[in-house]
Amino acid sequence: MNYRMVLNIIGRIVMAEAGLLILPVLVSLYYGETTALHALLITAGIALAVGLLFVIVSRTKNRSIYAGEGFVSVAFAWMILSAIGALPFYISGAIPSYVDALFETVSGFTTTGASIIQNVESIEKSLLFWRSFTHWVGGMGVLVFVMAIIPGNTKGTMNVMRAEMPGPIIGKLVPRVKDTAKILYLIYIALTALEITMLYAGGMPLFDSVVHSLGTAGTGGFGIKADSIASYTPYMQWVITVFMLIFGLNFNLYYLILMRRIRSVLKSEELWCYVGIVVFAVAAITANVYSMYDSFSAAFRHSAFQVSSIITTTGFTTTNFDLWPGFSKGILFTLMFIGGCAGSTAGGLKVSRVVMLFKLIGREIRKILHPRSVNKISFEGKNVDENTLDSVTVYLVIYIVCFVAIFLLLCIEPFSLETNISAAAACYNNVGPGFAGVGPTTNFSAYSDFSTIVLSFAMLLGRLEIFPLIIALSPSTWSRKYR
Amino acid sequence: MKIIVVGCGKIGATIIESLVSEGHDVTVIDKDTRIVAESVELYDCMGICGSGADCHTLSDAGIEDCDLFISVTGSDEFNMLSCFMAKRLGADHTIARIRNPEYNDHDLVFLRRELGLSMAINPELLAAREIFNTLQLPSAVKIEPFSRRSFEMIELRIREGSPLGGMSLIEMRKHYKQKFLICAVRRDDEVFIPHGNFVLKEGDHIGITASPGEIQKLFKALGLSKKKARTIMILGASRTAFYLSKMLLDGGSTVKIIDQSTGRCEEFCEALPEAIVIKGDAAHQEVLVEEGVASADAFVALTGIDEENILISLFAEAQNVPKVVAKVNREDFGALAEKIGIESVFSPRRTVANVILGYARGLQNSMGSKMETLYKIMDGGAEALEFNIQQENPLVGVPLKEITLKKNVLIAGIIRGRRPFIPSGDDAIAVGDMVIVLTAGIRVNDITDIIK
Repeated sequence: MNYRMVLNIIGRIVMAEAGLLILPVLVSLYYGETTALHALLITAGIALAVGLLFVIVSRTKNRSIYAGEGFVSVAFAWMILSAIGALPFYISGAIPSYVDALFETVSGFTTTGASIIQNVESIEKSLLFWRSFTHWVGGMGVLVFVMAIIPGNTKGTMNVMRAEMPGPIIGKLVPRVKDTAKILYLIYIALTALEITMLYAGGMPLFDSVVHSLGTAGTGGFGIKADSIASYTPYMQWVITVFMLIFGLNFNLYYLILMRRIRSVLKSEELWCYVGIVVFAVAAITANVYSMYDSFSAAFRHSAFQVSSIITTTGFTTTNFDLWPGFSKGILFTLMFIGGCAGSTAGGLKVSRVVMLFKLIGREIRKILHPRSVNKISFEGKNVDENTLDSVTVYLVIYIVCFVAIFLLLCIEPFSLETNISAAAACYNNVGPGFAGVGPTTNFSAYSDFSTIVLSFAMLLGRLEIFPLIIALSPSTWSRKYR
Repeated sequence: MKIIVVGCGKIGATIIESLVSEGHDVTVIDKDTRIVAESVELYDCMGICGSGADCHTLSDAGIEDCDLFISVTGSDEFNMLSCFMAKRLGADHTIARIRNPEYNDHDLVFLRRELGLSMAINPELLAAREIFNTLQLPSAVKIEPFSRRSFEMIELRIREGSPLGGMSLIEMRKHYKQKFLICAVRRDDEVFIPHGNFVLKEGDHIGITASPGEIQKLFKALGLSKKKARTIMILGASRTAFYLSKMLLDGGSTVKIIDQSTGRCEEFCEALPEAIVIKGDAAHQEVLVEEGVASADAFVALTGIDEENILISLFAEAQNVPKVVAKVNREDFGALAEKIGIESVFSPRRTVANVILGYARGLQNSMGSKMETLYKIMDGGAEALEFNIQQENPLVGVPLKEITLKKNVLIAGIIRGRRPFIPSGDDAIAVGDMVIVLTAGIRVNDITDIIK
C-alpha cells in the first residue's frame, strides 16, 4: 500500500474543500451573517492547514495508485471531508451536538437529504447554502472533481474514478480520465444552471432556486422549508420533477447527445427500463391516491413528484406521502432500493444492476430447462463478461447483508418496525425521508447518538457502494504482512 | 493528438504506453476483451472491443477526427486493410505493421502508395538494422546513425582500467584532438548532460556524437578495437535473424546460425545459401563450444524467449566473445540483463515505439522544422533528435552563444550539405541544415522548443 500517496490524495481533497467553502463565505458576506461567517472561515482555515500538512508530510516520488490505494483514499477522503464539513454547523451553534452536525454533513455529501434539524427556517442562509452545496459536490464525486482540476499525470487515476463512481461498469467518455472528469462536470454545471434559470424564471426567489437546484442536481433533497417543496407553485414542482429525473439518468447519455449520437441514446436499455419503471409507478400511485386529492392533476402531480423524488433518491416532497395507502407506500419503498441509473448522481442498487439481475434469473431458468444450452447475457447491445455478472450478484448479496445489519442495529431504538426499517432504507439508499417516525413531516432527531452514527455510516456505505469502506476498514488492507 | 491503435500485443502495448505518456489521446481497439480491459487498466487510454477493420467499431473509436491511426496486429493483411479503411473513413495519417519479407521488397512502395499509408513499419527489419549497426563497431554499446550516416551517436561504457576513468571533460578535450562531443552521461540510473568540469568514472555510460571518421580515430587513440565484427554467431532462426544475416552476408561477414527446428533451418538454408546453418539445441553448451563460439567476433541471441537469450548470452560472455548482443523484449528484463553484465541489450518493441513516437512528434510541429529521427538513448533517460530546418525560425542565423537554451538541452551537431561539424559558439543554424539536439528529461516537438 502506497500510504504516502493515499495521504497525498486526501490532503489535496481537504484543500479543495477549503476552496469550496469560499462560496458559502460569499453568501454569508452577502447576507451579513457574522456567526456563520466566523464558523465558515475557521473551518476553511482548518481544512487548509490539515490539507497542507498532509500534502507536505506525504511528499513522495512513487506516485502510482493501484486499485487498493484508489479504494482506500476514496473511503477516507469522504470520512475526513464530512468530519471537516460538519464544523460550520457545530461552531456556529446551529446544530449544538457534533454528532448531529456530522450526520447532517454526511447526509449532505452522500446526497441523502435526511436531516436532524428541527426548525430549518431558523438556520442562517449561508449554512443552508453550504448544506445544499455538499449535495452538489457529493453528487458527482469529490475525487473526480479534484482529478479534473489538478494538473499532472498520475498513474492509475482510473482506480480512483472506479471507486467513487456508482454503477457496475465504468466507461470513459474520452481516452483520458482527466478529460472525462472535466466533461462530466461541465455537463453537471450546465444542467444545474439550466434548472436555476427555469426555477427563477418561474418566480422562485434566487436563493431558493439555487439551493433547490443544488439539491436536485446531487439528487440530495435538503430543503429550506419545513414542508420541503409543498408551498411552491405547481410549475416549480414540475420543473423539479423533470430535473430530478434528468439527474437520475446516466451522464454518458448527455455526452452522446452532445456528440449528436441520438440513435445510440435511444438504444440504451437502461434508459427505457428507467422510464418504464417511472411510468408504471406514477400510473399505479395516481390511481391509488386519486380520491385523496381535489383534482386529477393534483393527484398526478403529487405522485409524479414523489415517484421521481424517491427513485432518483432525492427526497424532496410536496405532500405527506406517509398518509397514502399501503399500496402506494409499498411502491415507493421498492423504488428506494432500485435507485437511479448507473453513472448518475442517484443512489440505490441502480437500474442497470437490477436489469442484469433479472437477466441472470432468466438465464438460470433457461439453464435448468436446457441443461446443455450455452447462454450469454447482453446489456446495452454488448456482451457482459462473467466477471461483471459475478460482481453484480456479489454486490446484491453484500448489499442485503449490510442492510440487514444496519436495520438490526437500529432496532435497539424504541420505535416501530416501519420507522426503523424505512429509516435504514432511506439512509442506506441515500433517499432521505422514510415512513412513520421518519416520514416527510418529521426528521431523524429522535434517534440516539449511537443510531445517528450507524445511519451516517449507512449513508456512506450506500454512496460509495459498500466496497471502498469495507476495504479501507478491513485489517488485511493495513497489515504489513503479505496476504 | 487523437491516436487510434489497433492490436494490443507486445508491440501495441509499448506503443500505447509511450504515446499516452507523451500526452496523446489514445484509443485502443482489440478483439480480446481481456486485453482491452488490461490496457485500459494500465494506461490512461480508452478501450474498444471489436475488429479494427469494421466500420462501426472504427466510427465508435472516433475515426473521423483521428490524427494518427496505427495498426499493429499480428497479421500484415489485416493491418493493411484496417489502415486502408481508416484512411477512407477520415484518419489523417496511417501506419501499418508489415513484416512479411514478401511484402517488404519492391512491392512495399506500391502498397504504401495505393493504400495511402504514411508509414509501414517492420519491427524485425528495424531491430536487425539496429543490431547490424552495433556490429560495425563492437567496442561501443550502441550506435545510432543520423541522416546519411554522416553523424553517429555512440554509447560507450567506460570499462575498468580505461584511460577515461577519472578524467574531466576538459582534460579529455586537451588529451584527444579528435572532433567529438560528449553529450550525455548515465551514472546510477540517472542521465544528465555534462559540463566541462565533469569527471568521468569507471562504469559510466557516455554518449558521444561525432562523424564516423572521427570516431574511428578516437577509438584508436583510446586503444579500443575499431574493427567491425567479421565472424558472427546468431542464435535462433527468427525473422530478425534472417534480415540481419542478409545484411551481414552482403557486407562480406561469415554468419553461423543455430536453431533447433529442422524446418526453419532448411528455410534459412534455401534463402541464404552463403550462411552456415546448424541444427542444434543452443541450450546445450557443447553445441556452442563445438561450433567455436570462443573464436567468434560477435554473438547475437535472437530466440523468442527472453530468458534463454539472457542466459546463453551470459555463457557467451564467459567464453570471452568480444561482442555479445541479446534481444530482450521485456523492458524490466532488459535492465536486469544490463545489471548482470550483458552490455548490449536490444528491445525490438522499444525500437518500434521510438520510430512511431518520432513520427507522432513530427506531426505536431508547426514552425517549419521537421523531426527526421528520434532515438531514446541511455536506457530511455535521454533523447537524441534530428531536425531538418526547412524554413526561417527564431533560431536561424543567430550565433549559438547568443541563444539561451533550456536546461538539459544541447545542440550536439549540425550537418550542412554533406559536411558534419560540431558547432561552436560562433556558428549559427541555417535553413537546410540538419540539426542534432540532445535532451534529458524534457520533451521537444519542434526545434524552437529548445529555446528558453
